Amino acid sequence: MAVANIEVSETPLVLYALRRADDALILGHRLSEWCGHAPAMEEDMALANMGLDLLGQARELYSYAAKVEGRGNDEDKFAYLRDVRQYRNLLLVEQPNGDFARTMVRQFFYAAFADLYWRAMMGSSDPTFAAIAAKSEKESAYHLRHSSEWIVRLGDGTEESHRRTQNAIDDLWAYTGEMFAVDDGERGLIDAGIAIDPATLKSRWLKTVTGIVNEATLALPKSDWMQQGGRVGSHSEHLGHLLSELQSLQRTFPGATW
Amino acid sequence: MYTQALNSSDGDDRGVEDVARASQFQARIDADERIEPNDWMPAAYRKTLTRQISQHAHSEIVGMLPEGNWITRAPSLRRKAALLAKVQDECGHGLYLYAAAETLGTSREELVDAMLSGKAKYSSIFNYPTLTWADIGTIGWLVDGAAIMNQIPLCRCSYGPYARAMIRVCKEESFHQRQGFEIMVTLCRGTAEQKAMAQNALDRWWWPVLMMFGPPDQVSQHSDTSTKWKIKRFSNDELRQKFIDATVPQAEFLGLTIPDPGMKQNENGNWVHSPIDWDEFKQVLAGNGPCNRDRLAARRKAHEEGAWVREAAAAYAEKRKSRQLAQAAE
Repeated sequence: MAVANIEVSETPLVLYALRRADDALILGHRLSEWCGHAPAMEEDMALANMGLDLLGQARELYSYAAKVEGRGNDEDKFAYLRDVRQYRNLLLVEQPNGDFARTMVRQFFYAAFADLYWRAMMGSSDPTFAAIAAKSEKESAYHLRHSSEWIVRLGDGTEESHRRTQNAIDDLWAYTGEMFAVDDGERGLIDAGIAIDPATLKSRWLKTVTGIVNEATLALPKSDWMQQGGRVGSHSEHLGHLLSELQSLQRTFPGATW
Repeated sequence: MYTQALNSSDGDDRGVEDVARASQFQARIDADERIEPNDWMPAAYRKTLTRQISQHAHSEIVGMLPEGNWITRAPSLRRKAALLAKVQDECGHGLYLYAAAETLGTSREELVDAMLSGKAKYSSIFNYPTLTWADIGTIGWLVDGAAIMNQIPLCRCSYGPYARAMIRVCKEESFHQRQGFEIMVTLCRGTAEQKAMAQNALDRWWWPVLMMFGPPDQVSQHSDTSTKWKIKRFSNDELRQKFIDATVPQAEFLGLTIPDPGMKQNENGNWVHSPIDWDEFKQVLAGNGPCNRDRLAARRKAHEEGAWVREAAAAYAEKRKSRQLAQAAE
């Protein structure tokens, strides 16, 4: 018998925490896929390091969601017993690793946002979020520095690295808009001072991204069409495969403790 | 060249093993002094250590693969984080050990190339597959346990950089060993299926783990000089015995059966194992283990697919340097 998916009471606060937790888990999982296969041992270390940071953020956010929800769910139930339609992460973070350029561009777009986001969230009226933000901000600052340095090296490195990095930017750009979108439930949290409005970060994000991309002799696409759907469970095809791997033991051995 | 970078006295001591210097060197070893990178050392000492330390480094790096196989499938977030951190530690050990080997005068690139070409060896244990989650527990419990038995004495190895690297590595390994044992405890207290998974993993790993200590003393090639140079302080068989004696009660605690029905305790309290299938060991060393080809292929793939990244980094560094020079000239 397969394990049924859990039911989640997605109140605005629970949903808010789950969305950020899912971002961190899925991106952390993607980074962990590199472990043992990176272009240099130093990058094996760095990618694992960032994966661990994100995994840590995910665990704290899931635990808080579980506490707020109060229905007996926990970090592992959220991670292992929800299916694709119940995941609430950004489309950006579930995109496959591809080559190292694609992984770094995905990391860079996200970290440039997360760095600003968590710094602003340190002022949340919710002390748990403020504490999670304080820790995540330090980590995101490193993720941003690491990925920015690579974008510049790759963009301004060889012809091949330039081409690969530009392709990655072109392909991933349409997934960046979702980071700044807000729905009604989250609007309520913003009005209450619990969450911050990501739209207020957009111009600073764009400034950071443009600065690095220019330094790297690369260019941002002209298109402003943005894909959406991750926040409400309409994902790309990639997430299902990631989850089938992530959840395989929990789904195969229902109810076991590991 | 083993000696060119660091040993300034290399010119005189290369071909001839100067008898006086060799005996001075041995006297230092006998007095338990540490040999440091710039000290005179016999060419054979340098060669032996370069081989041993780099094999150790390769083992750490190749060893990331069997466990890395389960990072994306770890059964809880806590286990996932612990496993990712563990495999990351192994990478760190690899880097650390390559740095120690480099102090003997061979570059990391050369050492890694020797591994990728199949010329240099790594621990044969990593040529076995990780089939279930219980393998992750078993590797921590037994493979890291065996590694610790081998490595604790190396903390007192005569070569300073290796000894110091081992002190740090051993601390982390003993943490990994406890983590692995804790996975086994959880499985053995779990469902019948989980316990069967744990037993099956022990059945598959037990004999290969005993082989990790190397051939029996009467056929071991390197032991005599290594012992004289205080690189090796215990024989293969001594370490293997220590490991078995430490492990038997742990298996009992777990309620698992060691897959050696003929194993008996002798009058000294030591557990005497049945004969080890050294043919299997030779086959795995010769490249015929279940995963030899996969492991090397994975390392080569990472290396080859990463080439453009490393080239880009080098090209960028070069551009930056010439821009800075141009700026300075203005």
